[in-house]
Amino acid sequence: MSAISFQNITKTYDSGGRTVRALQGVSFDIAQGEFFGLLGPNGAGKTTLISILAGLARTTQGRVLVQGHDVVSDYQGARRALGVVPQELVFDPFFSVRETLRNQSGYFGIRRNDDWIDELLDKLGLADKAEANMRQLSGGMKRRVLVAQALVHKPPVIVLDEPTAGVDVELRQTLWQFISELNKRGHTVLLTTHYLEEAEALCHRIGMLKGGQLVALDTTSALLAGTVHTMLRFKTNDAIPEALYARARVTGRIVQIPARDATEVEHMLTALRLFGSRIEDLEIGRADLEDVFLSIMQGQPAEVRA
Amino acid sequence: MNWSQSFSGAQPLFRKEVLRFWKVSFQTVGAPVLTAVLYLLIFGHVLQDHVEVFKGVSYTRFLIPGLVMMSLLQNAFANSSSSLIQSKITGNLVFVLLTPLSHRAWFLAYVGAALVRGLAVGTGVFAVTAWFAPPGLAEPWWALTFAVLGGMLLGAMGLIAGLWAEKFDQMAAFQNFIIMPMTFLSGVFYSVKSLPPFWLGLSHLNPFFYLIDGFRRGFFGVSDVDPFLSLAVVLSATVAVSGLALHLLKTGYKIRN
Repeated sequence: MSAISFQNITKTYDSGGRTVRALQGVSFDIAQGEFFGLLGPNGAGKTTLISILAGLARTTQGRVLVQGHDVVSDYQGARRALGVVPQELVFDPFFSVRETLRNQSGYFGIRRNDDWIDELLDKLGLADKAEANMRQLSGGMKRRVLVAQALVHKPPVIVLDEPTAGVDVELRQTLWQFISELNKRGHTVLLTTHYLEEAEALCHRIGMLKGGQLVALDTTSALLAGTVHTMLRFKTNDAIPEALYARARVTGRIVQIPARDATEVEHMLTALRLFGSRIEDLEIGRADLEDVFLSIMQGQPAEVRA
Repeated sequence: MNWSQSFSGAQPLFRKEVLRFWKVSFQTVGAPVLTAVLYLLIFGHVLQDHVEVFKGVSYTRFLIPGLVMMSLLQNAFANSSSSLIQSKITGNLVFVLLTPLSHRAWFLAYVGAALVRGLAVGTGVFAVTAWFAPPGLAEPWWALTFAVLGGMLLGAMGLIAGLWAEKFDQMAAFQNFIIMPMTFLSGVFYSVKSLPPFWLGLSHLNPFFYLIDGFRRGFFGVSDVDPFLSLAVVLSATVAVSGLALHLLKTGYKIRN
């Protein structure tokens, strides 16, 4: 049995008289114990897919199973199996951190949960904030509470929707350490993120969404070995040839250009020299997930292997 | 799905909804009690010598049950409606949406907490105003029956309004164009018998009129209509409104799109 099974998910809705196709026939499974990354640019349909999984939105077509429970017809079974960390930083201003976690336990029918709540507070660095009102917490602390809230009922499947957006380094490390530990203990993790290094470091397998369609689905290592092999990276203050610029990713002074092989790198360097661009800190490296992501999003979809 | 699964989790949500208003009880209970006392002082003082609705019942005494019920109804409505709209706007409704709580559990928790707030405010208004002019309790079971039904009916209406409204001004419209006219055309401040025929007829279509009239029966032992008729009307309205609220919760109206 898969931990999560998306079966031909289509979602359309009306927006100002126009029909928007948010998801178009998305199908894939996430196995028990997997750490799965769902990537895609803003508006690709990641959050819509997560909302359907969590029961916050309905499909137009298709169905989703969590641990074998249909999220609509057996929503109670599905939601007991699922812990979702929402993307928005929301909180209930009437309660303290501990009250928030006790309330949340109660909604899942768990009466005495203080041992697990204390462990969560400890692991997430919230122990000294337990009695503080939610309003008094900083953004990062509120984010930690959101994670704790999603875990009060020890769900076998954990969903994190961009949990590290706008979060400092310390929390990111605390969070990933804890989530990795849970993953090792057998919890399945589904992560959406914009930080591709994170996905590369954590996820066994990755799916990429673009315009509501699944455009890539493979193990992280297979994706990295896929479309782009080599990256030429350098810094420059000068203009570079038009033909190279069109293929390059430019971040301030840093220019990165994908290349098929060493010969192509040689041609590029020659072109730069002839053009008169002065370059510094030259590196020739392997492509990372960001390069793969960009080449797929620019419209050369890797073959979808389920 | 069996009944125990259906209701598990309702109690913690109910408790949370009660705590939500209790933690700010100065505004949610204290303020409406003060408002009701001001109504009593002003209307009671102005009309004391001019109006006698029931024989031998002074206007101030006549007014007290009406004010108690009006406060109860308004606060029961305010509790479920404001909790839902606030949670929707701030986004923290997601914490409840993510849980296995059934639509029945939601209904019980929100309507139950609305009833508790309504009864708390009603009791407060009664305790303070009775000090000015004890109205007596001729048939207390009627007072209690209509108080509970009124709290449930308005709690369920508040649930519907809270689900329907997307913005605070839509909620204000629901209050100003539905709840307020129904309250003021219910005979809180007068006997509807003193109204012109058109408004009298209209009042008889208003379930709030039966709530007030039946409730008042509990204090004075007299009423404009038979309390069993009032009970039938109020029960029907409560069942119908609750049915609609449960249906909206079950289908995820405006909360699971």
